Amino acid sequence: MNIFKFIGNRLFQGIVVLIGLSLVIFIIARVVPGDPARLALGSTATAEQVAEFRSKMGLDKPVYIQYWLWLQHAVHGDLGISLVTRRPVAEDILQFFPATFELCLMSLIFEGIFGILLGTIAGRFANSWADNAVRLFSYIGVVTPPFVFGILFMLFFGYLLHWLPSIGQLSPNIVGPPRITGLIVLDSLLTGNFLAAKDAFLHLLLPSLSLAMGGIAQDARITRASIVDNSGKDFINALKSCGVPNMFIMFKYLLKPSLIPTVSMMGLSFAYTFSNAFLIETIYGWPGMSRYGMNAILNKDLNAIIGVVMVLGIIFVTVNLLVDIIIAYLDPRIRLRTQ
Amino acid sequence: MEPLLELKDLCISYKIYEGRMKVIDKVTLTVLPGEKIGIVGESGCGKTTTMKSILRILPPNGRVDSGQAFFKGKDLLKISDTDMQRIRGNGISMIFQDPTAALDPVFTVGDQLIAVIRYGSKVPINRREARTRAIAALKEAQMPDPERIMSNYPVQLSGGMRQRVCIAMALATEPELLIADEPTTSLDVTIQDQVLRLLHSLVERRKTSVIFITHNLGVVRVIADKVNVMYAGTIVESGHTQEIFTNPLHPYTVDLLAAMPRLSGGGLEERVPGRIPDYLNPPLGCRFQPRCTKAQLRCSLEKPKLVEAKPGHFVACFLEAGNE
Amino acid sequence: MLNQKIKMYSNSSRFPFENLKRSWYKFSRNPLSILGLGLLFIIILSALFAPWIAPYPQHAGKFIDLKERFQPPSTSHLCGTDSMGRDILTRILFGYRISLLLGVVVLSISVPIGVTIGMVAGYCKGTVIETICMRITDIFLSVPPLILAMAVASVLRPNLQNSMLAISLTWWPWYSRLIYGVVSGTRNEFFVQSAEIIGASKVHIMVRELFPQTISTLFTKVTLDMGYAILTGASLSFVGLGAQPPTPDLGTMVSEGSKFLPEQWWMSVFPALAIVLVILAFNLVGDGLRDLFSLERV
Repeated sequence: MNIFKFIGNRLFQGIVVLIGLSLVIFIIARVVPGDPARLALGSTATAEQVAEFRSKMGLDKPVYIQYWLWLQHAVHGDLGISLVTRRPVAEDILQFFPATFELCLMSLIFEGIFGILLGTIAGRFANSWADNAVRLFSYIGVVTPPFVFGILFMLFFGYLLHWLPSIGQLSPNIVGPPRITGLIVLDSLLTGNFLAAKDAFLHLLLPSLSLAMGGIAQDARITRASIVDNSGKDFINALKSCGVPNMFIMFKYLLKPSLIPTVSMMGLSFAYTFSNAFLIETIYGWPGMSRYGMNAILNKDLNAIIGVVMVLGIIFVTVNLLVDIIIAYLDPRIRLRTQ
Repeated sequence: MEPLLELKDLCISYKIYEGRMKVIDKVTLTVLPGEKIGIVGESGCGKTTTMKSILRILPPNGRVDSGQAFFKGKDLLKISDTDMQRIRGNGISMIFQDPTAALDPVFTVGDQLIAVIRYGSKVPINRREARTRAIAALKEAQMPDPERIMSNYPVQLSGGMRQRVCIAMALATEPELLIADEPTTSLDVTIQDQVLRLLHSLVERRKTSVIFITHNLGVVRVIADKVNVMYAGTIVESGHTQEIFTNPLHPYTVDLLAAMPRLSGGGLEERVPGRIPDYLNPPLGCRFQPRCTKAQLRCSLEKPKLVEAKPGHFVACFLEAGNE
Repeated sequence: MLNQKIKMYSNSSRFPFENLKRSWYKFSRNPLSILGLGLLFIIILSALFAPWIAPYPQHAGKFIDLKERFQPPSTSHLCGTDSMGRDILTRILFGYRISLLLGVVVLSISVPIGVTIGMVAGYCKGTVIETICMRITDIFLSVPPLILAMAVASVLRPNLQNSMLAISLTWWPWYSRLIYGVVSGTRNEFFVQSAEIIGASKVHIMVRELFPQTISTLFTKVTLDMGYAILTGASLSFVGLGAQPPTPDLGTMVSEGSKFLPEQWWMSVFPALAIVLVILAFNLVGDGLRDLFSLERV
């Protein structure tokens, strides 16, 4: 009973926020100096062509009517036509989004595995050499932007050591899988094409690792602090002094409360990887939303820009909501506070 | 009678940034089977530290520098981790001061109780049996509707109920020695009495030995057979409760008793003047000397040992017991 | 008379800079903080005096020397040359000017706005004002700052000023939320209530009572943020939305250089490292401040 109310409330808040976001972006976009119609058609187009284009795209109507029209369409999944590709923006996004999603998802997996692992080790063996090594690593990870890792990894593992491929999603000689989900590794596995799956996975490694570094560092830090903090708490001592074995305490009673701040951080981090992915995709030639987005930006393709921003906004809000739900599930203090 | 627990000249220190704090200085203590002893002293005098060292749950920067802690003849400080873990639960167990902090907030009460019973008892018990025992333990701790409490989280229970759960947890493994570290201090005054009575009745029935830590002299008087007065990491006086209260020998004990608010008393409450010593550079002599009104030269140069001034009544003070 | 009374009961003793000497001593005991401060000094001084200390100051603007292009790092060009034959070290030093300017401007705009909104929202807790302020904050927070900044900058003409504007627009909500958290927490403390009872004006309470509470958190965050604002600026110019060529900008340099990976690695690696250095410096100092104010230890 409580949980549905909770979700409903947050969902409502999320929708309000998204509508607000769309308003802000829309207003900024439409209030811009410069004529998008002229930009789209180029300087060679005649005045009539520009005018015709403008009315076809609805650019001559007042701002609030434009917004209302846009909103009506958007709710049905129609985000307008891209000025650059001349296709529906929604279609464009659907084509390019999975690659970005695959990248960010893999990055999240790396973050979860390594971040929590390193943080737990550092916390368990606090003030030892292992702990100091992890803290140093975390510090470097936090101050180094993802694209720097991207460049360094590519240079080091890609070209210097030739361990891993660096450009694109698949090697040119491999035939890709049919498009089921758009996530190449998954699609390859689903269709039994293990050669492609392996190749795609290798291509995925460097970019997703570059993306994940910052998150790994953050998560390790937070997990470490959390474990150190909870280790000294009385409930650990109480369980210990009543005879519960150390290992059991560590992996069950210490770990669960310590992971709560980490999960929170991971959610935030996941949302941020989508924006960091922009730069990583450029460096690695990854065919994701960034290329599409950057083209849109450079060409002032307003519909596409708004579309991309809204998609990212939806992801952000959704991830935040999911994280809140997961935390409420993990921490009874939060969901039972009202009682 | 063979003592159940015997602490001999225990010295414990904590490492902090500025150096080593020598917190516990040669603590000697004995508990006989079935005995209930109290340890009294002000906050920060080392009562909890001593107990934690017995169970080997000191924080990482704490260390036992010297001394022994015999439990049924075995020195707890020297046995292996596995053996120690076996003793925890059915040999010795502990109740902590703040019941809110003493229960894992993200697991149900039942989950923690069952875990304790399964692993802390003398023989490993399967889950179903442990659950039955857990419910029985809660019932014994006078919890209403024990079945429902099992699936509750600590946040759903009141302070008094949480402490009852902790008591049930500590006693469910049938320990021979129970350490109760200020179990009622953080509870509401109205609940304190109830919980104390519960504790008293439970240990009476099982004939469990108890070490009862408190800074409340009134509580000690009711519960304990013997009393140890602790100051700045040393036991300064020890003996039968009645004797200590009617005939305190150590100046600190005298001041402590005088500072107790009385219903029959007149005049203002007297405080014990001064503060606890600096543990980083502890004084050479008696640790109470800076605050002692009767201190002499010898007190600042030499540390008095715990000596039997009267039969069964020990005191660490040059004035009362020669200490030759 | 009333003003005097208010001054008397005012809780200005919580001002953490009261004892600068003691604060400095505590700060300087941490070697990492001193390292950060030193790095910061070097960076700021190099940026300030770039026209005089850079080896090839004329390379900072329009300059082409095709004979010297793509030179690897050598004694004459410590960081090598780029595709136009320009000395990369020089351009990094001049690039620092732009980056630091961006950081200062962005924070000068976004911090006052964010702090004011957060303060008002936190003080007027439970009113419509609070709801409006925080909803607007949430809207701006619902998208990662980089994306929003890119979106805003993309609809304006691409240059340095517009990128600064775009980033400022996306930066203020973080301060709003931070200050809101601090203020709504301390809002009900005694010293605020006593000021209200005496009859101090709302403005007075916010400025003289509540604001000093936020100074330590604020100062730390601003220091840390300088690095991240510079990073966001570099990311924006990476996609072409910041300072336009031939102006030397660290982000643009990395972007250009990335096209020539891996053979001419120095073109992107050195500017990238320069960015890391400035973030590192601000982070070290910021962490030192955090320890100094004992806000939290990680």
